[in-house]
This record gives sequence, C-alpha cells and structure tokens, in this order.
Amino acid sequence: MKIAVPREVHAGERRVATTPDVVRQLLKLGFEVSVESGAGSAASFSDDAYAEAGASIVSDTRALWQDADIVLKVRAPAQHPELGCDEVELLASGKTLVSFVWPGQNDDLMQRLAASGANVLAMDSVPRISRAQKMDALSSMANIGGYRAVIEAAHHFGRFFTGQITAAGKVPPAKVMIIGAGVAGLAAIGAAKSLGAIVRAFDTRPEVKEQVESMDAEFLELDFEEEGSGEGGYAKVMSEEFIKAEMALFAAQAREVDIIITTALIPGKPAPKLITKEMVESMADGSVIVDLAAEQGGNCELTVPGEVAHAHGVTIIGFTDLPSRLATQSSQLYATNLRHLLTDLTPEKDGNIVIDMDDEAIRGATVIKGGEITWPPPAPKISAAPAAKPAAAAPPPPPPERKQNPWTPAILLGVGALALWALGRVAPAEFMSHFTVFVLSCFVGYQVIWNVTPALHTPLMSVTNAISGIIVIGALLQISTSSFLITLLAAVAILIATINIAGGFLVTQRMLRMFRK
Amino acid sequence: MVSGIVTASYIIAAVLFILSLGGLSHPETARRGNAYGIAGMTIAIIATIFSNQVTDYVVLVVVMLIGGTIGVTAARRVQMTEMPELVAILHSFVGLAAVLIGFATYLGGVDHYHGAERTIHEVEIFLGILIGAVTFTGSVIAFGKLRGKIDGKPVLLPGRHWLNLGIGIACLLLGVKFVGMSAVGWAVFVLVLMTLLAFAFGVHMVMAIGGADMPVVVSMLNSYSGWAAAATGFMLSNDLLIVTGALVGSSGAILSYIMCRAMNRHFLAVIAGGFGTSGGSAAASEYEGEVTAVSAEETAELLREAQHIVIVPGYGMAVAQAQNTVYEITKTLRDKGKEVRFAIHPVAGRMPGHMNVLLAEARVPYDIVLEMDEINEDFPATDVVLVIGANDIVNPSAQDEPGSPIAGMPVLEVWKAATTVVLKRSMASGYAGVDNPLFFRENTRMLFGDAKQSLDTLLSALHQ
Repeated sequence: MKIAVPREVHAGERRVATTPDVVRQLLKLGFEVSVESGAGSAASFSDDAYAEAGASIVSDTRALWQDADIVLKVRAPAQHPELGCDEVELLASGKTLVSFVWPGQNDDLMQRLAASGANVLAMDSVPRISRAQKMDALSSMANIGGYRAVIEAAHHFGRFFTGQITAAGKVPPAKVMIIGAGVAGLAAIGAAKSLGAIVRAFDTRPEVKEQVESMDAEFLELDFEEEGSGEGGYAKVMSEEFIKAEMALFAAQAREVDIIITTALIPGKPAPKLITKEMVESMADGSVIVDLAAEQGGNCELTVPGEVAHAHGVTIIGFTDLPSRLATQSSQLYATNLRHLLTDLTPEKDGNIVIDMDDEAIRGATVIKGGEITWPPPAPKISAAPAAKPAAAAPPPPPPERKQNPWTPAILLGVGALALWALGRVAPAEFMSHFTVFVLSCFVGYQVIWNVTPALHTPLMSVTNAISGIIVIGALLQISTSSFLITLLAAVAILIATINIAGGFLVTQRMLRMFRK
Repeated sequence: MVSGIVTASYIIAAVLFILSLGGLSHPETARRGNAYGIAGMTIAIIATIFSNQVTDYVVLVVVMLIGGTIGVTAARRVQMTEMPELVAILHSFVGLAAVLIGFATYLGGVDHYHGAERTIHEVEIFLGILIGAVTFTGSVIAFGKLRGKIDGKPVLLPGRHWLNLGIGIACLLLGVKFVGMSAVGWAVFVLVLMTLLAFAFGVHMVMAIGGADMPVVVSMLNSYSGWAAAATGFMLSNDLLIVTGALVGSSGAILSYIMCRAMNRHFLAVIAGGFGTSGGSAAASEYEGEVTAVSAEETAELLREAQHIVIVPGYGMAVAQAQNTVYEITKTLRDKGKEVRFAIHPVAGRMPGHMNVLLAEARVPYDIVLEMDEINEDFPATDVVLVIGANDIVNPSAQDEPGSPIAGMPVLEVWKAATTVVLKRSMASGYAGVDNPLFFRENTRMLFGDAKQSLDTLLSALHQ
C-alpha cells in the first residue's frame, strides 16, 4: 500500500507526520512512501533527506492524495489554501486517514469525513492503556508542550531560574507552581527543576503525588478529602467545596511564586478557570503565566489563546501550538507514534493494513470505518490508581504495644543484687573471685560480640567453637593420675577437644581468606 | 613451670581471645583476629602442659596428635555449604568433653573440700555435666537434621512441655540428692542417671524444632557449649576457662537473640519448638490469582535492560550449589556497567551469616553484599530483583496481614522493586508453611526449575 505524507496546511503548523528515519522503517513494513515536496522543511527535514531514506517526493498535492491508500497527517483535514478545496474532498472510499481529528469537538468535520467513505483513525482517540502507550501521541505532544512551556516562561521571565551567589550579589531561585501533574505537568516539573527553580505542583488526583515527589518537586496538598481520578487516568470535575479550597491555595501561592504553568484539562469540557484576575493582580511584576489549556479556553481568566498577553505587569502566554514550536522533536515523536500504529495495523508486515476492531487499541483509534462513524468506542476502564479503594485501605490498627514498666530494669537489678548477696553470704571467697571474673567476662563478651558484623557470623561461630575447645585444659590437668579410668576419660576429652581446636581455627581461617573486596 | 607464669600465660591467652572476637568486627581485621585466637590457644595449652600438674606426656601427645589430624582433615575437606553441620558437630564435642571432664573431676575426689566449698564444688560438677550433656545430644541431633539424616520437620511428642518439665524436675531432685552424698558409688550412679536424662532432654528439645529455626538452634548450642566450658572452669577453679566460656556463651546468646529478632519470634517460643504447627491461623488466607512464569532467556532480557539489580539468595541457593553461577552472572552484569548488589536476610540459610560465607567462597566481593537494614529502602529504586531459593524472608504478608504466622517478621521488601524474578522449584510454601502473595503480584515473574540449571541457562543467555 502507498502512504502519502502531505504538507500541513494549517497556518503556522511546522510539524510533519513522518521523518526520514521513520520512512526507512515504514518501507521495511512493506509500504511505499510519498512525501509532498517541502513537507518537512519547517521541521528541518529536507526533501533530499526523505528521498535518501527511500521516499518519493511529489510536488503535485492532488496527485499525492489520489495515489495514496493511507494518508498520514498531523492536523485534522482543513481547507487547502492553494488548491481552493477542503482536504476532506481529496479523500475517497478505500483510503485511510491517520491524524489528529478531535471527533468530540468537530462534529461537522466527522460528518463530512464519513460522507467520503474513507477510514479515519484519530491519534487523539488512542485509548490510554499500557499496550497502546507507544502510539499515544497525546502524551508525546503533552510532554513536548510541558517542556516548551518552561522554555517560553524562561524566555519571558527577567531573572535566572536557578539561585546563585555571585560577586555582584545574591540571586534567589525562581519559584514555579505547576497546576496539573499529567504528562505535560510532569515534563514541566522536570524542565523547571533542571533549570534550577523551586518547583511545586498541584493535582486533584492523589496518586500522582508520588510521581511529583519522585521528581524532587513539592506536592501541594489540600486539607480536603476527595478523589479526583476519573476514567482512563484523566481528572474529573470536582465538587464546589473542593474547588473553593483549591482556589484559596492558588491565591496564596500566586502571591509567592514567580511562574505559574497551568495544564488543567478535563476531557470533553472547557478548561476550568483556576487563576482569576485578582490572583494575576496579586502576582509580582515580571511574573509569567503559561496557560497550556489555552486551546480549551484557558485556565487563567486573562489568557488570550494563541497570543502573549500582558496584564498587571504579568506576562500571560496562551500559545496553542507549543509542540509545533519544537517541530523537529515533535515530528520525530509523532512519526514514531504513527509508525507503531501502522506496525500494529500490518500484522503480516506485507504493506497491507488490517483494521482489526477486536484490538482494543485500534478499535479506540478508529473513529470512522468505511464511511461509518464508530466513535465513541466502548470506554476502557483502567486507571493508574485502584478504581475503588478497598474499604480495608485504612491502616491496620497498630499491634498493642506491650507496655514496659519503667521500673522493670531497676527491679531486676535489685533482685540480681540480692541474689548475689545471698550467694556471697554462703560461698567461699575463692568462688566469689571466680564469679567476679565470670560476670565481667560476660559483659566483655556482650560488648565485643555486638560489634561483630553480621556478614561474619559464621566465622564468629566457628572461632568461638575453636576457642571453647579451651576446655582441653581441664582434661590436660587430669590426665596425669594413677587412676586408669580418669586417664581414659581425660584422654577422650583431650582427643575431641583437640579436634575442635584444630578444626575450628582452620575452618575459620579458610572462610576468612575467602572474604575479599 | 612456676604457677605464677602459668597464670600469666592464662591472662595473656584470655586477652588474645577477646582481641580475636573483637577482630571479627570487620572482614579486613578478621584474619588477624583468628591469628590472635590461635596464638592464645597455643600459649594456654603449652603453659598447661608444662605446669607442675602434668607429668604424663606420652598419652597426652599421642591423643593430641590424633585429634589435631582429624580436626585439620575435617576443616580441609568440608564444603562451605556444609558449614552448619561442621559447626553443630564441633559444638557436640565441647559438650561431650565437658561431661567427661566432669566425671573425671568427681572421680578424682571431692573429699579435700569441706562445708560450703564442697557443696559449691558438687553443684559445679553437676551443672557442668548437665549443660555438657544437653549440648552434646542437642548438637548431634542438629547435625543430623542439617545433614538431612534426620527429618527436618519438628517431631512433636504428645505433652512435650510436660515431658520437658518432668525431666527438669527430675534433674533438680537428683541434684539435691547428689550434693553432700558421701557414698561415691551411689553418687556416680546418680550422676550417670542425670546424664542420661540430660541426653534425652537434648534430643527431645532439638527434635521438636523445625528446619527454619535452625539458625537459632545452632547459635543457641553455640551458647551452651560456652556455658559448659564456663561451668568446667568453675569446677576446676580455672579462670581462663571461665573467661573463655563466658565469652563464647554470651556470643552464642547474642546470636540467638539476633536470629530470633530477625524472625520476630520469642526465644522461648523457638525452644518450645513446633513452628508453623501451632495456632489455627496458619492458613490465614489463600491467595488467588495467576503467577506469571518467565523463561531464563526472558529473565536475561530483563537483566540486560536493568541498571540497578539486587540478588536475594536463600537456602535454595545453597542446596542447589548455585553460588558460583551466581557469581559469574554478577560478574557479567557488572562488566556491562550495571550495579549489582546482594541483600542478605539475617536468617537466610541454616546458620547466622551462612549466605555471606557461600558468596565469599564464590568470590563475590563483600562490599556489595548488604544486610537487610542497609538495603531495604533501596528496593523502590531497583529495576530487577532476583530471588534465588528464598521464600519466607521475602513474604509481604509479614507486613500486610496481622493474622499471618510470620506477621511482624522483618522481611526484604523486594516487591517494591520494578520487577522481581523468583527462582523456585515449584509453588510449594516455605519452611514456615505460609503462602507467599509475592508470587501473585503483578510485577513478579516466576522462573521455575532447579536454581542451578535456571541460572546456568540465564548465564549463557546473558553472554549471547
């Protein structure tokens, strides 16, 4: 089958749906690839590079679409400025289009696409399941958006991100608050952190706390119990009380931080307004807000989608094309996502795609099949967090602690002392002197043994074994008697004790020789 | 030799013994420590032989040569996996020697003692023989269990606690009878009777203790052998014996304590025996779910992609004699620039420090072999954990289920790593008889088969 990659027609779009590297891999899957002349130039991929990779370069757009079985695009089809017709008209039955479509917001487009009789796979509709992560273009783009948001903020911010102490004075580090710790938010945390800023993040979903903290950022928490995880790992709409508490937190933070990056989106809903006009006013002059939700209306009341606005001394960046501003990188990732999807679509690797509606990932992405609208798909029900926390999640009650009477050691000591006195009354002096030696030795042993490293416990046992062979002295002292029986007993005792001494020391030495760095 | 010089020699020997144990605080100083021990022993023996009390050298020298030869041969031949057996049998020798010396002392006559002195001397003899006898048979049974000649399962006689109590009371009564007895013939009879009872007690005590509690038993017998030596020291009024016995006794006692703490069990509960058989809560929960089996090749793939790797060895590694292959795998992975470390649970194996010795034998450097407390918090940052022949020491139910028989036992938190691969022969439960929910975890992979074979295949897969 023939894959066509046309030039993007949306004004300002710099991305392209394939790269020379990916072309090589698509050829291996058995496809032929044609690329429209100049398609990759804005993303720094020249026609020559594509041709070298094995793609044919076509300058006639109509011919490109006509010959193609599969069309790979970034943006949804739109009015073509040069041809004077809509890209949808270039589609026909039997062709397959893969691009971002946003079927939920583009009802009219969906109807027209369906009328063309083509198959349409929407990259924005790939389900969020682990197996489909490799084709999750939304995550790839969100990642880039988050990174770029920090770079844009740094560009408009008049100070360092990192704190420094220089001969010319002390520079405090910038404080960054990131709202929404999804893919974009986490990417922003990482970028801001590596520039040296102090980063705080907020999210309604408690399960992301760990992820935020793993990136060494501070997780802002509300003193409020409500779980914000919705289906498919996205956030859901929160209750009114929650939002009130949340707004109070943001207002407090706004007075303190230098940069706010908002990424709060709820699927299929306009972006929640989280940063009010008053909060913007309370921010210090020179602060920057980057609103990643600008396309859906913005998280900040003063955001102007697609533009950089200035209000009350604060710069509010509302770019809606952040991934496109990093065109080379985002084209690379997007093209790879597409390639993964195509790999799944061509199980035989023979260049023929099969749209298998039993495959959950492909089913989710397919929004129109043979002119029939198949969107929305049955919802996947997998979330990163347990969907419903089991009731037993409460920590088990701590085991009842045995209360130690503070007097117990003192009492024991007293009893021990009394027992010793009692013994001292009846025992002869010689015994008591031996007993002194015994007790002191026990204490010496106690102190010495606790210092032994656990790794050497086996050698410890064998060496104490050898040392306890000192019992041989007892037998040695008895062997020189006239009684045969005693001599015999002593001789056997010497025999076995000597085995102990020789064996114990030797085996200890053998073991210790093995311990090496 | 003047007796003052003998005493001075004993003091030097005692100091050298203390230094010897102190040297074991670090592997680098440990060899010097052992040399101190040998020096102390040599000084003590030579001083004793040349003291005025020893006049008959022929028997002495012959017997010592024979004993020394046997000891050297045994120490040379023993496999490192058999160390627990060797240690156990050596304990039994100390016990038996204490019994023999006790009898010899009594037969040598107690008549030159009078009054309280005589009473104390008789009590000393009695106690020395008692402790020695229990140590002797207990160690022999432990040796048999470790060798596999005696079934490792606890043997529980009906009313065993009453039996133990009965033996204890009988020994006490015999002791009371023995002290002050003037007729030597009857007194010896009482001594022999007590010795037999103590022998029976030692057998019964260790028979009732299960295989998993062997580290406690071995260290406990270590302690007993020390107390036996100390009692002999009292009997002979020999301070060197008292000092050494006390050192060894407290060493064994501390080891027992450490082992018990590592299993979250009370010392008395271990001695009472029958682990895993008491209480109805043993089968607290059945785990349902599927285990994910992997092949050695897939495990190699996992390891190749991992950066931080931890290996958790258990008794199964010793049984399969797999430590050398483990070392080869470690070396291969380290050559690829990966971080490989070992996590040792205090009761892994059949003796305190058993795993360390096996790994040392296989030439694993000791600075990558870590204790549980040192490594437990690193598991969340670990990519792959290889569990080789261990079960109870990596059982999460010790933390999660208050009703589990091993609840509260400190365990290696391997399930916190990204992936855990468990090498295991089958799905059987560990010594504690507890199911292990680790195997059913989503991030756990099971590599079934003989540990040695699996690891050999894994090694060759890593080399590809």
